[in-house]
Amino acid sequence: MAKKKANVFTPGLKVSPETVVTKERRLPIPGQLLVDKGAKVASKDIIARTELPGKVQMSNVANVLSLLPGEVPDAMIKKDGDKVEKGEVIAEKRSFFGLFRGIAKSPMDGTIEAVSRITGQVTVRGTPTPVEVAAYLDGDVVEVFPNEGVLVRTKATFIQGIFGLAGERHGELRLLSSSPDQPLKEDDIPDDVEGQIIVAGSYTDQAAFRRAMECGANGVVVAGMDYSDIKDILGYEVGVAVTGNEPLSTTLIVTEGFGHIDMAHATFDLLAKNAGRVASINGATQIRAGVIRPEIVISLEDQVTDEEAEKAEEVVGIDAGSLVRVIRVPNFGRLGRVVELPPELTVLPTESKARVLTIEFIDDGQKFTLPRANVERIEER
Amino acid sequence: MGTKDFANIRSVLATDCGSTTTKAILIEKVGEEYRLVTRGEAPTTVEAPFEDVTKGVLNAIKEVEELRGRKFLSDDGEKILTPQDGDVGADVYISTSSAGGGLQMMVAGVVHAMTAESAARAALGAGSIVMDTLASNDHRLPHEKIETIRHLRPDMILLAGGVDGGTIKHVVELAELLASANPRPRLGIAYKLPIIYAGNKAAREAVAEQLEDKSDLTMVENLRPELERENLGPARDKIHDLFMEHVMQQAPGYNKLMAWTDAPIMPTPGAVGKLIEHAAKLNNINVVGVDIGGATTDVFSVFDGIFNRTVSANLGMSYSMSNVLASAGMENILRWVPMDLDEPELRNRIGNKMIRPTTIPAELEELKVEQALAREALRLAFQQHKEFAVSLKGVQKQRTISDAFSQDVGGETLVDMMSLDLIIGSGGVLSHAPRRSQSMRMMIDSFLPEGVTRIAVDSIFMMPHLGVLSEVNEHAAVEVFDRDCLIYLGTCVAPIGRGKAGKEVMKITLSMPDGRSVEKTMLFGELALIDLPLGQPARARIEPRRGWDIGEGPGNPLECDIHGGVVGVILDTRGRRPMHIPEDHKERVEKLNAWSRVVDEYPDIDSPEKMAAGQ
Repeated sequence: MAKKKANVFTPGLKVSPETVVTKERRLPIPGQLLVDKGAKVASKDIIARTELPGKVQMSNVANVLSLLPGEVPDAMIKKDGDKVEKGEVIAEKRSFFGLFRGIAKSPMDGTIEAVSRITGQVTVRGTPTPVEVAAYLDGDVVEVFPNEGVLVRTKATFIQGIFGLAGERHGELRLLSSSPDQPLKEDDIPDDVEGQIIVAGSYTDQAAFRRAMECGANGVVVAGMDYSDIKDILGYEVGVAVTGNEPLSTTLIVTEGFGHIDMAHATFDLLAKNAGRVASINGATQIRAGVIRPEIVISLEDQVTDEEAEKAEEVVGIDAGSLVRVIRVPNFGRLGRVVELPPELTVLPTESKARVLTIEFIDDGQKFTLPRANVERIEER
Repeated sequence: MGTKDFANIRSVLATDCGSTTTKAILIEKVGEEYRLVTRGEAPTTVEAPFEDVTKGVLNAIKEVEELRGRKFLSDDGEKILTPQDGDVGADVYISTSSAGGGLQMMVAGVVHAMTAESAARAALGAGSIVMDTLASNDHRLPHEKIETIRHLRPDMILLAGGVDGGTIKHVVELAELLASANPRPRLGIAYKLPIIYAGNKAAREAVAEQLEDKSDLTMVENLRPELERENLGPARDKIHDLFMEHVMQQAPGYNKLMAWTDAPIMPTPGAVGKLIEHAAKLNNINVVGVDIGGATTDVFSVFDGIFNRTVSANLGMSYSMSNVLASAGMENILRWVPMDLDEPELRNRIGNKMIRPTTIPAELEELKVEQALAREALRLAFQQHKEFAVSLKGVQKQRTISDAFSQDVGGETLVDMMSLDLIIGSGGVLSHAPRRSQSMRMMIDSFLPEGVTRIAVDSIFMMPHLGVLSEVNEHAAVEVFDRDCLIYLGTCVAPIGRGKAGKEVMKITLSMPDGRSVEKTMLFGELALIDLPLGQPARARIEPRRGWDIGEGPGNPLECDIHGGVVGVILDTRGRRPMHIPEDHKERVEKLNAWSRVVDEYPDIDSPEKMAAGQ
């Protein structure tokens, strides 16, 4: 057969004991940077700060005082830029030689921002909300974006999940399952997991996740969960996989998919090895253009060399010998090694034509041919 | 962009930069005709690590080069060679784009059902996704609206409101809201957000006062100058211009791409809409087109010359598959699944497709489930379209005494299934279904055509390319559309009515082009297929039974020409308004399999013997 060209690009989830992780840390609107290029930062350090303009309320003073909009500016007691408190009189109208007085009050604490002579509306802006961005990783600031943010780089153990809920958290990894095929039940969770990140094995259900939340765990990492449990936890169906802002006190990271699936050995072993160490996790998932996967980052103490930083950017394809995971039924979740990648299109049982590959399962050595689109590479470095 | 003699082009290279794949096609003049010659594709490279859309474009064209065996790229592979010189290069290069999530807009108008709706129509017609429609009367408090504007971060805002000479106050109120929110654009926090004002011209000065300093404000003609009339053209054109100038400028590599193209880059749905509108006008027919993608489903319609487009942003076959389940409900999906399936297991499978959207069905059962979901995604997208494609609301009509009881206030859907001539389907699940009969069934089951309706699919998803080509050479676009793009699947004949099992619904007599006569009597709840290839139509006499309507009123016969296609003529007497599917699980599965067998839909139920054996 002709040279088996690895012209296959099925990005797998990264599971790496030692790699270079870089993160852009940006403010939502321009603000002040608190660190310089070259600074060493810890995950909880605040690296940039800004103030989001306060909420806005409008009061139709023309209607309240029965004035024409054009008369409102003259009726104002408070002017643009004046600070006001909720209920404070901001405009008044005197009539009948000053005997009758109508007043308009501020709807909230804040500052008068605008008075319109066309609509008669007065805009009051509330106090600004401070926004701070933390470093998220223990590492070095390798680049700064003036007024916006920085790039933090670290050498770390890095594990990507497939789906997650809720945002950035930190905590000590706590192993509660003894093997990658062991599920985590409600009763398996002790009381003292507050602030920790629970590592489970193959599967957990909503009862166990709720218990983790009640006990104050910062995160739960597990191979599989039922899709209907996710719905019950959130109270709504996740229609589109764009997550990260769920109001949950515990971040969830699912490493393999929905249903009962064993955790990949590489993932489990790495988590087990790092039990007791502090990890940064983020459940944010975005499966659209510009995929974001949930992640677990455990910073290492070594410095990153330039060579290592470059190597981290390499994209690895699938070739004969690659370790892959089946990511669709049949045989969903099973691991195998690629034995053949025929270049020609093959007719599937559905009668569709697709590029396929043949793998040999790790557990029983059986061979199985399936569409290339239905496997993902497991990185072994 | 140079000046070119677009009338005499010999070859066209066109690309469509989608969010995941960049597709290139090559059209050449073969004799006197323009024909599709070949196509190539490559992953889109807008995201890291490449962050330059032109890389994907060059890769896709490289594939065309290899397949065609002639050169289109410079020696270093970094440039497209135009115009054609001998055997090298193409005369014209054009492109569409929906990469990076396409064009995302927010629109605003005074009255939700009037100017705000017109603004939404203008934005959708230009190919954008409408993230939210603000209106003075949308029941949200001002601060809630401001929070929404801030939160959504659109690429552009279209502000309408007030007919000319109408309200100024309400329009300025909206401008004040926008000014207070001071929205930031989605891409790049440093530049000013483009806002188009297309409302009451008397309010322009006051609107400018509010927004000039805080945004990049442009004024165009009022899109609803009178209640009775929309004028969407100027706003639509301005959206296209700003899409090029602002949004595209922010996307990685687009500056380079814009310099390469011989016509402005169009948003993909804008180009598809243009082509469908054009096809309908040219043949003077009513058309419904659909493009079902992984994340979104676009529906286009032209009825009596009025064009409408809707985009169902979260109905699609991969990224949005779970949302199809959430929107349609498990029960509606299961009614199309011809087998026993464990419900939690099905939920997990759908969830897994959402998180691993590039996987494909490897087994027949999986394919059937995907096609069941496609039916519901199409049905819901079409339902949304019917609710949006309505006559202008708020229009005063002259009435006679007979109208006095009809309570007609405008806002009726323009989509009239009985007068619909052609349905065109596009997108992976329809264009690439292993059997064409599957595509035809999916479209019939979801759109429920009434009377006599032709059905076609876009052979390889080339409508975007042809849409932008129609901007430079309409003749070439139409020629390729007819000859290579559209694959006519056949015609669906479906009378309206309800009935009981076993009762006669209609008799059809077809005088075939070869002189034969085919006669068929249809009972309630049946599907039947008559083989009729594309070419000469057959003459049909359709005689509906009492209470059934094929377009001439209940019980009245219809004589017409019926066109064939690669599937043929499907007779559908399962009823309309509603279509009847048995509720009992066992009976329903039997029916679904029987219908599939009739149209030769799946390999495992080709023969009745297999069915009897329970396979």
